[in-house]
Amino acid sequence: MQRKAGRPHRGRNQLPLVLMLMPATILVLIYSYGSMVGVVIAFQKFNPTKGFFGSPFVGLDNFRNLFTMPTIGSVIYNTVFISLGKMIGGILVPVIFALLLNEISRVRLKRTFQTLVYLPHFLSWVILAGIFKDILSRTGIVNLGLARLGMGPVGFLSDQKLFPVTMIITDIWKGFGFGSVIYLAALTGIDQNLYEAAEIDGAGRIQQTIHITLPGIVSTVVLMTVLSLANILNGGFDQIYNLYTPAVYKTGDILDTFVFRLGINNAQFALSTAAGLFKSVVSLVFIIASYWLARKVANYRVF
Amino acid sequence: MSRHKASPSRKLFLVVNFLVLLLVSLLCVLPFVNLLAVSFSNKTAVAANQVTFWPIGVTTAAYEFILDNDQFLRALWITVQRTVIGVAINILLIIFTAYPLSKTPQEFPLRTAFSWFFVVTILFSGGLIPTYMVVKYTGIMNTIWALVLPGAVQVFNMLVVMNFMRSLPKELEEAAYIDGASHLQTLWRVILPVSTPTLATVTLFAFVGHWNSWYDGMIYMNTVDRYPLQTYLQTIVINPEAFFRNATNVSQELGRFMNLVSARTTNAAQLFLATIPILMVYPFLQKYFTTGLVMGSVKG
Repeated sequence: MQRKAGRPHRGRNQLPLVLMLMPATILVLIYSYGSMVGVVIAFQKFNPTKGFFGSPFVGLDNFRNLFTMPTIGSVIYNTVFISLGKMIGGILVPVIFALLLNEISRVRLKRTFQTLVYLPHFLSWVILAGIFKDILSRTGIVNLGLARLGMGPVGFLSDQKLFPVTMIITDIWKGFGFGSVIYLAALTGIDQNLYEAAEIDGAGRIQQTIHITLPGIVSTVVLMTVLSLANILNGGFDQIYNLYTPAVYKTGDILDTFVFRLGINNAQFALSTAAGLFKSVVSLVFIIASYWLARKVANYRVF
Repeated sequence: MSRHKASPSRKLFLVVNFLVLLLVSLLCVLPFVNLLAVSFSNKTAVAANQVTFWPIGVTTAAYEFILDNDQFLRALWITVQRTVIGVAINILLIIFTAYPLSKTPQEFPLRTAFSWFFVVTILFSGGLIPTYMVVKYTGIMNTIWALVLPGAVQVFNMLVVMNFMRSLPKELEEAAYIDGASHLQTLWRVILPVSTPTLATVTLFAFVGHWNSWYDGMIYMNTVDRYPLQTYLQTIVINPEAFFRNATNVSQELGRFMNLVSARTTNAAQLFLATIPILMVYPFLQKYFTTGLVMGSVKG
């Protein structure tokens, strides 16, 4: 190559590149940045007919009202409890599943297992809620099975204590198969010569797992753990909205469902936006911290 | 891995491991098998909770009942429209953003600024009500565009494609430049043909995303007859009797099915029908996502 690397292509016009970016830029400007500007209504006595800047500003009144609501404490607690449960289970179960699947040497069998466990990931919570409401009801197939074992009907979706646990377990059920993809990729990336060398040295299966397999995937596990921190306030709107009932609001209501009911059902636009903004700001801190950590510990870059 | 003689404990482990994996795999599909069995059973067997994983009193009445009724088909048609238009727009925008942003800052000095412009939308969003208001102020409420435009730019998928394009050898483009190709020609003739696996991956994900989305339909559509399929299904999941009750009011000709179908069987049939397109693209999803996704997400 004649041209020195790293110099701009002077002969080539950059205008086409900018033009290519324009449609997406305009759409993002309107719908993403427009809605970011719209958070000003969290500081207003908002009247929807007057646009984002036509209503009187009221300072932090909406936030004051929000944090004096009697339910807000339990809503935040529920959100963190459910999302932490999902985060921990959402790391452990896929890792264990990947390790077990990795021990299967027949490729066809491995594929079959994968095909079966990936499926729930691709279906919406609407479909899955329709199924779970049926099979987890007091007369559903799960309770029928339990009855045969002599156990009383369990209110998976109606019992206040059980509801958050049901959310955590069904979410792990939906995602663990797909979540294991990344660990399986890490496992296939381990140098097979290491195992042969270990075998020659007389290392047993368990020793091989501890000294070769686990160190081989630990960086991926750390990375995924760190990245999942960003979801600390995501309890999972789609799932909970479709499965909860007023009977379990006390333990099952999360920030997103709370924001939704406040904004859409009760038309408390400003209050709902204040709650949403609180969530966005806290999440932003966690996202930035997790990306920063991911870069520090795993040298991972988002773009 | 070479293994000469498996020890007895290893054999035991392999058997137990197989059984555990089998059980776990079955747990993932049995709910769907139950759904399918219920949808093909008659209502008395379902009401008596006799149906587990095989239909009892096999009948297709629930499916005939649904296909005779325009609620389901109308919602399906809206979903088909939003999926076709939505995915086409998603992919075009991904291509036209990923290509310029895959340039080095030396080649395209504005690259960093534009990248941040898009990535900021991952970090922060206005939230429910402000987004709702923007949709309202732009006058697309209650139209198909409300389901397409607000999410038209899929930044994560764009990053996946961009990372792929960045990993292509620079010589490809250089050759095109020397031949005097414009940016558009380079993108179309050189970059896109070699990017098909990644594009296939994001197309499939965009398809699944549009097919599965229900929330936007619920908040942006004013009437139930404008709901896309998943939003419509959501109404019957929340209120299981809704479809059944409305349907009996609509047509008397359906009366002949009444002794065979119930809310439970018709709901099962509708949920299953909505799953079929996902099952159809599923083999392709599996083929592509491992390569495409892993490549895009764990680039050092």
